[in-house]
Amino acid sequence: MPSLPTDNLQLNEHGRLRHFLTIDGLGRDLLTQILDTAESFAALPGRPVKKVPLLRGRIITNLFFENSTRTRTTFELAAKLLSADVINFNISTSATSKGETLLDTLRNIEAMHSDMFVVRHAQSGAAHFIAEHASPRVSVINAGDGSHAHPTQAMLDMFTIRKHKGDFTPLRVAIVGDILHSRVARSQILALNTLGVSEVRVVGPRTLLPVDARALGVHVFHDLEEGVRDVDVVIMLRLQNERMDGALLPNEHEYFRLYGLTDERLENAKPDAIVMHPGPINRGIEMDSEVADGPRSVILQQVSYGIAVRMAVMSMAMQSQSDLKPEARPDQPPEAGGHA
Amino acid sequence: MTESTLLMKHDAILDMIAGMAGVLRKHLDDRGLDDPAIIGIHTGGAWVADLLNGQLGLSEPSGLLDISFYRDDFTQIGVNPQVRPSKIDFDVDGRNIVLVDDVLETGRTIRAAMNEIFDYGRPASITLVTLIERSGRELPIQPDVIGLSPPLGDGDHIKLEGPDPMSLEIFHGPRTGR
Repeated sequence: MPSLPTDNLQLNEHGRLRHFLTIDGLGRDLLTQILDTAESFAALPGRPVKKVPLLRGRIITNLFFENSTRTRTTFELAAKLLSADVINFNISTSATSKGETLLDTLRNIEAMHSDMFVVRHAQSGAAHFIAEHASPRVSVINAGDGSHAHPTQAMLDMFTIRKHKGDFTPLRVAIVGDILHSRVARSQILALNTLGVSEVRVVGPRTLLPVDARALGVHVFHDLEEGVRDVDVVIMLRLQNERMDGALLPNEHEYFRLYGLTDERLENAKPDAIVMHPGPINRGIEMDSEVADGPRSVILQQVSYGIAVRMAVMSMAMQSQSDLKPEARPDQPPEAGGHA
Repeated sequence: MTESTLLMKHDAILDMIAGMAGVLRKHLDDRGLDDPAIIGIHTGGAWVADLLNGQLGLSEPSGLLDISFYRDDFTQIGVNPQVRPSKIDFDVDGRNIVLVDDVLETGRTIRAAMNEIFDYGRPASITLVTLIERSGRELPIQPDVIGLSPPLGDGDHIKLEGPDPMSLEIFHGPRTGR
């Protein structure tokens, strides 16, 4: 049964994006609108003044409970290119480490007039929790919550794919690596299927694939060469060192031997296949340098596109706030009627 | 369904633009504004700009401005997903710019366009050319060269359709009481 716009926390009653928390529950039209909007922003860096005044005077707060210089910096840059003011709330040195609850942190920052929160948290569901409790005038963007979702990464990956391949429908896409622990992979799979690609494959050792992988709408491969055969896009995921400590893998050399992307293995893919990676790359583990720096790698472009996509999501979410009626001031009656 | 009246057809519009080119040339010469560079505002202004460019025999292609990111009504209408990137291939610094739009009404589009031009550089001057000038100004913005100033009824809205063929249509909407 399709969910009504009002059921979906992310959309306001006009179907506009209010929070961006997960790809789940968003339709193809809305995802396409995000990509189209990002397209306009992608053209800006060529100008002498890279900024536009769209969000001038708005305050965007980065609430990063998990350390991430790279993602935080791209969100900060995206906000600044929209002329918004940015506050970075570094949680590890803040009151939260002194035992303040998440809700108290939220209320305190709202009292500082923030219009938007960009949230990264180690707990799955944290961004939803904040969105549920945020005041009506605040929008929440999920920059990654636990192992649940990383929707802006997925959208910049979709943008990259569309830039190079155009139409999604005939594409075969392989996602390689630690799918089990990857919020990026979850969001990518949802986005690829919503946008209607021909096939999504996940490739990795059994210990790093979810048991219910097929329920995600993907084909499972344990052999890399077979997994990338005839694909149009190869997305390599970052292997986190903790996986080796947890005895899910023998060691990183073994991982590279079986699942590392090399030019030789890439020969199985389509001749014009592109190679993607959310970054940062572990050279010699996920892929060797020939691939990372080779002609099919679009990894650096993903970074630039990430700024445009985040600008798109922020401006769309900020704009939905205009659907709110101005709060009646206590000393004034509500407006009797509209004006021209 | 909104009623509309055809005000002017393609050939008549071309003739009008040819006339405007002559007035523009004199305006620029009288003021010593040499080596002008034309910038048209997407979409209708860009069509007129290209035609004027041809009439004046300029060597550079006209620049294109999409003012969507500079509009003052973002909170009402939001980001248009079909924004075309602005494209100005010449250096704006020190140039005598001719800014071209199809319809001048409130003046807000021109305000946004000038803000955007100044993000590209510091022009020596800006001359404003508009195909249609109509009542309804909300900002102190005045055109230098006008094609036509048609008197319009209450609730009327004029639009340049095009690019091929072009036509000027007046759409009759409900009275606004302005």
